[in-house]
Amino acid sequence: MNFASSPVLTLRLPVWRSRLLLLCFLSGFMVLAGRAVYLQGWNNDFLQAKGESRYSRVIEITANRGRITDRHGEALAISTPVKSVWAIPDEVDLDKTQLGKLAALLEMPPQEIEKRISDASRDFVYVKRQIPPETADRIAELRIPGLFQSREYRRYYPGGEVMAHVLGFTGAEDIGQEGVELAYQEQLAGKPGSRRVIKDRRGQIVEDMQSIKAAQEGRDLRLALDARIQTLAFGQLKEAIEQHRAKAGSIVVLDVVTGEMLALANMPTYNPNNRARLTGGSLRNRVVTDTFEPGSTLKPFTVAAALEEGRITPQTMIQTAPGSLTIGKATIHDAHAEGLISVSQVIQKSSNVGAAKIALSLPAESMWNMFNSVGFGLAPKLGFPGEVTGRVRPAKTWRPIEQATMSYGHGISVSLVQLARAYSIFARDGDLVPISLIKVDTPPPAQNVISAETARAVRAMLESAVHPGGTAPRAQIMGYRVGGKTGTAHKQENGAYAANKYVSSFVGFAPVSRPRLVIAVMIDEASDGQYYGGAVAAPVFARVMEGALRALDVPPDAPMKAIVLPAAGEEVRESI
Amino acid sequence: MARLSLILLAVFTTCALGLVTSQHQARKLFIELGEEQERSRQLDVEYGQLQLESSTWAMHARVEKIARQSLRMRPPEAGRVQMIELAPRKAEGGGTAP
Repeated sequence: MNFASSPVLTLRLPVWRSRLLLLCFLSGFMVLAGRAVYLQGWNNDFLQAKGESRYSRVIEITANRGRITDRHGEALAISTPVKSVWAIPDEVDLDKTQLGKLAALLEMPPQEIEKRISDASRDFVYVKRQIPPETADRIAELRIPGLFQSREYRRYYPGGEVMAHVLGFTGAEDIGQEGVELAYQEQLAGKPGSRRVIKDRRGQIVEDMQSIKAAQEGRDLRLALDARIQTLAFGQLKEAIEQHRAKAGSIVVLDVVTGEMLALANMPTYNPNNRARLTGGSLRNRVVTDTFEPGSTLKPFTVAAALEEGRITPQTMIQTAPGSLTIGKATIHDAHAEGLISVSQVIQKSSNVGAAKIALSLPAESMWNMFNSVGFGLAPKLGFPGEVTGRVRPAKTWRPIEQATMSYGHGISVSLVQLARAYSIFARDGDLVPISLIKVDTPPPAQNVISAETARAVRAMLESAVHPGGTAPRAQIMGYRVGGKTGTAHKQENGAYAANKYVSSFVGFAPVSRPRLVIAVMIDEASDGQYYGGAVAAPVFARVMEGALRALDVPPDAPMKAIVLPAAGEEVRESI
Repeated sequence: MARLSLILLAVFTTCALGLVTSQHQARKLFIELGEEQERSRQLDVEYGQLQLESSTWAMHARVEKIARQSLRMRPPEAGRVQMIELAPRKAEGGGTAP
């Protein structure tokens, strides 16, 4: 049977069957084509994204935190990359020997690691943060599944405890927590960016697609701080604290001309590189966060206010006999009766009665104005966290006894930085500049507080206070003329004055012919029997001032002759 | 007609291969650029670490400790210091040089 005669050919099928089949095929193709057009043309986002995700990656561009340097460019704080080890607890699979090795590398007890990675309910746990890159590489060699590493930054402070309170520190996320790190967080922090790239199968970047966000490096910060003076100030303060077995202490060094803060140190302090045993007490930047009753260091302001009012001249004689003054129910005492003395001698001998009498000749408002215009009771606005304003009550509420005690620094509280800045009116011919933590190129405009004549007159009085007849002969420096004032005050405890706890202070400037630096020293609770500002704080001032003036190449303004100290037992004792 | 097609085919093939080659070249160069950039970052990090190290070694507290303890140095007393005035400086407020 051949093909042509096949009976199948003779069979006539209905036409509609083939048409139907054709229609089915056609419509099938139509659906496919429609779907293709739909996916290619209208709804292509999803597939495009899926496709892109096979080859393109968004990568983070990290930004460094800016460096902090001192005024000469010496590095004080630098961020450098470290690794953090983290785990997905569900996926971690490690045996005993691996655990032992890991624990040894991380310097952690194995139980601690096991505890961290056993919590399967969490997707992400840090095993240890901020480990050195070398250790991280050795951990990576263990090839433990489920254990990953990420790059972080850690900040190092080469100066350690010496600069701790100025610089502060950053937390684990490299965000400022204290000090300058916090105050200038905006400027120091870099902004991380990201970009989209094409990666090949070996993970190499082969093409840049787009920059999503440009990374912005943190800017470097040049402080006003002088590392040499800072080291000197810290060292001398520490020595004095140990020698006098004091509880705490602070020192601040200001440049009179520019208002720059050249040094700031506190005791007790801490090491910002290792903050494991950090306590609140050592963290406190006492220079700006603690107020104290300044005591006699406030007398020059009382005298300046009276000189400005024209009530007295430096030569005006004041009767301080019999060494006490009763106002209402209270009595003010002098350490010993001086008799009839001049205003200059009131400062030199630090007579409470003299200061009180001068104060009582003034209206309360003019004293308050003086305190207010030199910045007492106002925030110093340095940017440090926890700055305090101190307490100066409004003049209207002053009773006469309060006005009298305030003249020698009781019933009023200030911070050490306020006191140091206020003294710059005597060092600067009567005007005041804002304090700067950052290096200043052109001195800022000054604000006038008292006349130049008054400032010079008080400066001369303050110089006499460090002479052998004054309360602070130990503040003298060979080769330079020095001026300054001691302060010794009973500490307040639970609203009353503690009998044998004192705050000893000294604020001064040098060289008197053309002042360059103001240094304020405060020693809290010296407990070796000495507590007068002239004995405890003044020597710290003298040693720091001497070294700082030498470091700044300030020419001497006095002959190089040996310092005369009064014989034992003949020292002028300050009135408290 | 056929010849033209052949010529065009050859031209297009050459162009296409050229494109592939130059793309490959570009990617290779880009990888190289990336590596160099990474190296520059690495060097920057290393610079920071070296700066940190130099700062740590040169810290004033450490220098002073070594000078005092192992070298037995001390700052000269003020009386033993000779001040030298640099030539063209104005006499500043009563400064005296011994």
